[in-house]
Formats: sequence, structure tokens, C-alpha cells
Amino acid sequence: MSLYHVQKLLYQLNRDPLVRQQYEQGLDALLEGYELTAEERRAIREPDIGLLYVMGVNGQILMHYAALRGFEWDAYIQAMREGERRYGPVRTGLYVRAGGAP
Amino acid sequence: MSLVFAGACSHAPGITGRAQRADPALREPFYANLARMRAALEAARPDALVVIGAEHFANFFMNNMPSLCVGMADSYEGPIEDAGWLGIQRHRVPGSPELSRRLIAAMMNEVDLAYAEEWKFDHGIMVPLHFLTPRYQLPVIPVNINCQGPPLIPLHRCWAFGRALRHACDAAPERIAVVATGGISHWPATPDSGKINEAWDRSFLERFLDNRKQELLAYTDAETHREAGQGGFEIRTFVALAGATEGSKAELWFYAPIPIFAVGCTVAVVNLAPLAPARSAA
Repeated sequence: MSLYHVQKLLYQLNRDPLVRQQYEQGLDALLEGYELTAEERRAIREPDIGLLYVMGVNGQILMHYAALRGFEWDAYIQAMREGERRYGPVRTGLYVRAGGAP
Repeated sequence: MSLVFAGACSHAPGITGRAQRADPALREPFYANLARMRAALEAARPDALVVIGAEHFANFFMNNMPSLCVGMADSYEGPIEDAGWLGIQRHRVPGSPELSRRLIAAMMNEVDLAYAEEWKFDHGIMVPLHFLTPRYQLPVIPVNINCQGPPLIPLHRCWAFGRALRHACDAAPERIAVVATGGISHWPATPDSGKINEAWDRSFLERFLDNRKQELLAYTDAETHREAGQGGFEIRTFVALAGATEGSKAELWFYAPIPIFAVGCTVAVVNLAPLAPARSAA
């Protein structure tokens, strides 16, 4: 379980110009610096925004990564819905649905 | 002096970033009431504006998350988000470090605070400033209440913070304005973005407008999460303002759910009276 590290990477990518530079030079090298599972690395690399959402990444972090990867607002919302459909409900964190799965 | 102005408003990024997608019949009266709030703020002739906000991972992360943090910088920059995405250009916002320091030191007699001499504003502060201080000349003192990364500060401690802020303002010679900014019910940045529990919002606003301490502090996080979404945790900013204005009633100038803004858009202004003596929440 390394949701913390997934969120930390995305937070730093959103906010730190040096991390953004590293990202632009090569995402794989950047990913090496964080304790991530294979599934997490894949979700970030593709990007699989829906899976990142289901993993529990806070939307206030995720929406900026989605925008960075070219997702317009409606596409971002749709990607999260698709993630729930493919992978099931959000697994942990603030975004677990209060009433369970939709 | 004392508090010369107190109010509350929404800050959702869609308010500026997705402005063109909103129904003008809702958007325009909302903007008009924000303009009215700006006029009231200016008429109060404040020397500084304290913004009690709930930031969204602009400065603070779970590696070292303060429950309460107050800015103490010479100046601030924002928005940290892409200017095109938010619809607000980047600005430098003046601070008031000496006043910040005095307020923080005074508040520390009552509550434990973090302070920050660096702080970048996200939409949570920039959207209110865009409407209320669009020339970015009024010194701002930001306050953050962690509403994003649980465990979150209990509501009664937000109230206590508000009272501490009021005591500190009352002891300062400057004219100080306070604006709290948060969502009520909302599910921002989720597949349910645009969902708004209007009945819950109106019930919350009744309690807020009447400054009903016991009823405001009675919300549990489980209930708020269930009825008002994870964005509902931002009621902490309203509760802090209610604590700072204990004994005063507020007026609701505008409330309407605007789904593309992902929040029930709110403008409320407090009719300021002297701070009421502390009452028990029991």
C-alpha cells in the first residue's frame, strides 16, 4: 500500500517546478524516486486516471495531473466514472463513497 | 480597533474557470452579490483582510500537515494553478507580516497554530480575492484549516480558533476584515462533481446565519461525509467565522446550487456585534 507515495509524487509534480522538469525529461526516471507498486507505476505512466481515482488519490491532486496529461474537465470526470466501472469502488481515503458502491 | 467586516463566500474553481458554462440566470446574480460584498468590504475601510480558507494541496501535504496555519509573509503569489484552467492570472498579493506576527502571537494564548512565511495561493483564496480585492492591493493574511487530509481538526476547535482570532483582532489597532471561504455540501473533483445537497446546505446556513453554536458544533464528520460529501468538511471555515462572530447574526445575500461550479454558491455577510461572552457547547 503506497497511496501516500502516489499522492506525494503527483503533489510534487503539480507544485514543484524542478519535479516538473524531471517529469518532462523522463517519467520513468522520476518514478524511480518513489516507492510504488507495479500497478501504481502503470496507472501514473499511462495515465489511467480512473485507476488512480479508485486507488484513493485525492481529487484535488488528481485533477491537476489529469489536466497536465491533457484531460479536459468532462474527460476527467468520465475517466473517473470509467475507473469505478472497471475497477470497482474507491478503495481507501476520503473519496470512498459514504453509501458504498454507486 | 476590531473586526470591521466579516463574511463568507464560495471559492470553487469552476466559478471562474468554467464561468461560461454556467446558466447566466444563476451566474450573474451570484457575481452581483460578490460585487456587493466587495463594496461592503471596501466601505468598511479595512487595513488588512484575513481569509480563512481550506487549501487544496498548494502548500501543505500529509508529510507535515498543520491543522491550522496562518500566513506571516511579506507577500503571496497565486494562483498556483494554470491561469487558463482557473481563469485568473497570476498576481502578487501583499501581506502584512508585522500584523500577522502580532495576531499569531496573541492567538497562541488560546490555540496551537502553525505559521508560514511562504505561501502560494490556490483557487481557495484566489477566487474570493478575484471578486473582493481585484486590484490585489489590500494586504491579506491567509489562514488554512486542514479540510483535506484526515484526521481533521474537530469543529469545536475551529470555533475556539475563531474566538482566538477575534480576541487578537480586537486587541489590534488596525481595522481588520475576515472572510471565510468554503463549500457547504459538494463532491468536487469526483465523478459526482456537480451534486449539491441543497436541503442540507440550507439547514446548515440557517444555523450559521443565526450563530447557533451548539447546532453548528453538533455535526459529525460521518454525517457530513454522508450528506455533504468530502467537500462538506470545509464547513470548518464557516464554523471558525461563527466563532469569531459569536453573538452576531448574518445575512444571506445569495445562495443557489450551480452544478457546473460544483457547489451551492454562497455569499453571506455578518452584522457585526461585540463578541458575546463564551458559551458552553454542551
